[in-house]
Amino acid sequence: MPDSDAANLPEYPRLAPGVRLHFDRTRDAWVLLGPERVIETEGPASEILRRCDGTRTVEQIVGELAAIYNAERAQIAGDVTEMLAELRAKRMLA
Amino acid sequence: MSVAAMPLPLGLLAELTHRCPLACPYCSNPLTLEDRAQELDTGSWARVFQEAAGMGVLQVHLSGGEPAARRDLVQLVAAAHEAGLYTNLITSSIGLDAPRLARLKEAGLDHVQLSLQDVDAASADRIAGYPGGHARKLAFARTIVGQGLALTINAVVHRANIGRVAAFVEVAASLGAGRVEIAHAQYYGWALRNRQALMPTRDQVDQAMQEVEQIRPRYADRLVIDLVVPDYYARRPKACMGGWARRSLNVTPSGRVLPCHAAETIPGLEFWSVREHALSAIWRESPAFQAFRGTAWMLEPCRSCSLREADFGGCRCQALALAGDARAADPACELSPHHGRMLALAEQDSAGADSSYLYRGRMARESIAG
Repeated sequence: MPDSDAANLPEYPRLAPGVRLHFDRTRDAWVLLGPERVIETEGPASEILRRCDGTRTVEQIVGELAAIYNAERAQIAGDVTEMLAELRAKRMLA
Repeated sequence: MSVAAMPLPLGLLAELTHRCPLACPYCSNPLTLEDRAQELDTGSWARVFQEAAGMGVLQVHLSGGEPAARRDLVQLVAAAHEAGLYTNLITSSIGLDAPRLARLKEAGLDHVQLSLQDVDAASADRIAGYPGGHARKLAFARTIVGQGLALTINAVVHRANIGRVAAFVEVAASLGAGRVEIAHAQYYGWALRNRQALMPTRDQVDQAMQEVEQIRPRYADRLVIDLVVPDYYARRPKACMGGWARRSLNVTPSGRVLPCHAAETIPGLEFWSVREHALSAIWRESPAFQAFRGTAWMLEPCRSCSLREADFGGCRCQALALAGDARAADPACELSPHHGRMLALAEQDSAGADSSYLYRGRMARESIAG
């Protein structure tokens, strides 16, 4: 079953083997690339993905995003968790 | 179509060579294989990768033939990686060893797609026409995963192995693959010549699809399972290539650029070569890419169909092969007047006793013993 909450997320999220984030100049956008997968990302999503490097905890990622977007930590936490859970379900997060 | 509306390609299939130690009877290479003397050199491929990245291509699929037959494979991976492309190596693994794989990884290889012909070694080797190949593939799959590279197991299914789709998934999981692709043989080129020996029955297809769906939840936390459904028993066509000249290009070993790997089966199309033209000019302007881009070329029932922007009329090569006109609706569509005949062909071939293969690149039909 797909993970649905923070409890199932890795402690230090990083992109799965074979998955990487790439800045495409032609589209002027960050794209997440994996085997037979191309996912275009928008502002906040790419900021989250760039921090999934295996050195930061989910809490740290949330803190950094909250600082960048000057937003409520709780709201950011919800967004980050949701996105990471979705990536995990797609097997793009390790 | 205006330049502004020109779609950006996502993927480039680089057929580095048609040379291959295997001889699978469903090979996607053309019946007339290009020889080594015609192959693009290292520098030409490097230029193609740079041009591809510059026009929006994100992923390159290094394929063949067997790409490991190229002695400059490490340099080619390095060139693709340097261009910024996600590099996927589509291989049988024959011709690779652990040190060479380590060099490929160091050069920037992102992902390996390894083909298995069956889960039963004797059957797999018979299908590939290569004794001992299966055992070497299994061993090399472990090397790939052991080196920390992402692995997809690719299984082309047909009458000889369709009863073992669940076992394919299990083997992929046990090898540590992150993804398994179960793809039904596509009947162009070699596979079309071997359709009588390859075509499964409708019951076999239905059962295989059910099996995959049944076991899918069991692997949800370990493995991505991608299933490519077969055309002959379908009711609607696939959006072949995501639409002609919309998402990808294919460069042959000698540098001819095709909208799909089977496009050369359509007579009268003019293909341009990277030896004479820039890749972006070929994408935008070459007659073969313009021929079926968009929807203006369509005939009925596609022209007025509400799904014309969803499936783009299906596959042009299949339309030509079975309806006699590359502009016709793909007969996989139940709205095609040829749909019934396509189904009848499949049923007839699947019921036949002929299980001899015309192996890819070999001259004579060979019967299957046992």
